[in-house]
Amino acid sequence: MSTVFAGDRPALRALASRRTRTLVALALALLVAAGIVVAGALASAPAAVTDLTERNLAPSWDHPFGTDRYGRDVLLRTLVGLRLSLVVGLVAAVLSGVIALVLTLLAVLGGRPAEAAVRWLVDLFLALPHLVLLILVAFALGGGTTAVIIAVGLTHWPRLTRVLTSIARETVRSDYVAIARALGRSRLEISRTHVAGHLVPHLLVGTVLLFPHAILHEAALSFLGLGVDPGLPAIGILLQESMRYLSEGHWWLAVLPGLGLLLVVKLVDRIGEDSRLLLDPRSAQL
Amino acid sequence: MALDLLTGTREPTGAPRATGARARRVASGALRLASLLVAVAVGSFALVSASPVDPVQAYVGAEARSLSPEQLAQIEARWGLDEPPLTRFLAWAGNVVSGDLGRSQIYGEPVATVIADRFAASLSLMALAWLFSGVLGFGLGVLAGATRGRVVDRVLTWWAYTLASAPTFWVGLLLLYVFAVSLQWAPVCCAAPIGTLPGEASLLERLHHLILPAATLSVVGISPTLLHTRQATIEVMASDHVAFARAQGERRAGLVLHRVLRNAAGPALMLQFASVGELFGGSVLAEQVFTYPGLGEATTQAALRQDIPLLLGIAMFTAVLVFVGNALGDLAHRWADPRLREAVG
Repeated sequence: MSTVFAGDRPALRALASRRTRTLVALALALLVAAGIVVAGALASAPAAVTDLTERNLAPSWDHPFGTDRYGRDVLLRTLVGLRLSLVVGLVAAVLSGVIALVLTLLAVLGGRPAEAAVRWLVDLFLALPHLVLLILVAFALGGGTTAVIIAVGLTHWPRLTRVLTSIARETVRSDYVAIARALGRSRLEISRTHVAGHLVPHLLVGTVLLFPHAILHEAALSFLGLGVDPGLPAIGILLQESMRYLSEGHWWLAVLPGLGLLLVVKLVDRIGEDSRLLLDPRSAQL
Repeated sequence: MALDLLTGTREPTGAPRATGARARRVASGALRLASLLVAVAVGSFALVSASPVDPVQAYVGAEARSLSPEQLAQIEARWGLDEPPLTRFLAWAGNVVSGDLGRSQIYGEPVATVIADRFAASLSLMALAWLFSGVLGFGLGVLAGATRGRVVDRVLTWWAYTLASAPTFWVGLLLLYVFAVSLQWAPVCCAAPIGTLPGEASLLERLHHLILPAATLSVVGISPTLLHTRQATIEVMASDHVAFARAQGERRAGLVLHRVLRNAAGPALMLQFASVGELFGGSVLAEQVFTYPGLGEATTQAALRQDIPLLLGIAMFTAVLVFVGNALGDLAHRWADPRLREAVG
C-alpha cells in the first residue's frame, strides 16, 4: 500500500484501470437492465397475441423461445415477466432499504433500549422461514400483485438492518467518536457527521444486493400460486403453467424463462458487487 | 492469546462454573424461545385476521349460493368468527398452550396430526438434502479454498455463485424434465408409487421417489456452505500455524487434513444448521414441483385454500424448527471449536 502512495506508477495505473473496468461493466449491466425494462414494456401488447395455427412450437428463428399452447411467443412473455421481476425487485428493495435505514437510525439515536428493541424485532422477523413469513404477509394482504410487492418489501430488511446496526455500533465505539462526545457533541451531530458516512455505502450496496433475493422470492410466491395475478406473465406463473406440459416434452416452456430469470438475477447481483467495489474503499484495492 | 498458550496461564475452567454457565445458557435460550413464540403467535394471528378474505366464503366456496344468510351466520358463530379478534386470539392461544392447535379445515384432522404426518414425510426429504449439501458443500469448499485461484477453484466458485442465483423451483423443473420425463430414471411425482399408500411402499420405493426432490434441495443448498467453507479454508491456509507446518515440510494434502478441516468445520456446521429455515422454504417449492405430500405442500395448500388453523400451526411449528436449528448450530460450533467453550466461562 505504501508503494502506491510513494508513486509506484504501474500499481496506480492498475488501480485506475481496474476502477475504469468496473465502471464500464457497471454501466453495461445497468444498460442491459434498462433494456429489459423497455423491451418488456414494448412486448406487453404483442405478448398477449394468440395464434392458434402456431401452437406449441419448439424454439426456432421465428420464435427463439418457442410458443405456448395458445400460440403466444414465449420470448415476449418472458421479457414481460422479467420486466415485472425487475420492477417488483426495485420497489421491494427500496422499501426494505428504507425500513432498514429508519430502524438503524432508531437504534443509533435512541440509545440502549431502542437498540435492544430493534435487535429483538430483527430476531423476530428471522424466527420464521422467510418463505413462510412471505406466505403469511401475502395472505394477510389478500394476495395479488400489490400484496406480493408489499410482502416482499416488508420482509427483506432484517439482515441488512443487522449489518447496518453492527457497523453503527462499531463506529460509535471508536476513539474519534469518544473524543467528539467528550467535546460535547450531541448524539444527532455525531450520527450525522461520523456515523452516516460509514453507513451510506453499506446501505446502498446492501439495498442493491437485496434485489436478487426479492426477485427470487416474488417468483417463488407466484410459482406457488400465492403471488401476482394469474393473468400476468410473471416468470413464476410461466413456470407454474409449464409444469403441465413438461410430460409432453415441451421443455422450452420451463427451461428458457427460468434461464432468463437466472441471468437477470446474476446481472443485478453483478451491479451490486460492482457498486460495492466502487464504493467500499477497502475492497477497491483488493 | 498466544502468550497465554505459551506460558500456560490459561484460566482453569472449573466444572461447577461450566455447569453454571451451561444452565444459564439453557435458561436464557428457553426464555428467548418463549418470547419469540409468543411474538410469532401474536404476529401471525394478527396477520391472518387482517386478511380481507372471508374464511366462511372460502370454506363453502361455490355452495355459498345454496346456503341462506342464517346458515352462513351459523357457521360463523360455530367458528367463533362473530367474536372480537382479541377474544378469538385468547381462545386460540389458550388452546395452543394446552396442546390443541385446532382442526385443519382442508384435511379434516387435528392440526397437530396433519403437521406430524406431513413433517415425517418432509423430514426424510430435508435430512437427505441437508446431508448431501453439507458433505458436498464442505468437501468442495475445502477443495476450492486449498486450490485458491486455480481452475478448479474458479469453476467451483462460479458454479456456486450461479446456483445461488437460480430459483429452486426452476432447478427442480430441470431435474424433473431430464431425469423423470426424458430419461425416466425417477418417478414424476408423489412419495410412493401411484395406487399404494405411503405406509405400504417399501423403503427402496420411497427413496426412489425422494431422490429428485432431495437432489433439487441440495443442489440449491450447496452454494452458501461451499462459499463460506472456501473462505474459512483460505483464512486457515494463510495462518501462521499452517505456514509453520509447511516450513516443516508438510504437504498440501496433509495440511488440509490436519490443519484445515477442523478449523473450517465449525463455521460450516453452524451455517448448515442455521440454514434449516431456508431448507424448509426450499422444500415448500420442491414439494410443489414434485407433488410430494410433505409439510411444505401442506403450507401451500393451507394458504391457497384459506385453512387458517393449519397456517397458524405451521407458523408456530416452523418457528420452533428454526430456533432448534440455530441452537444446534451453536452447539455444533462450540463442539468443533474448543476456544469458544472457554471464551464463554
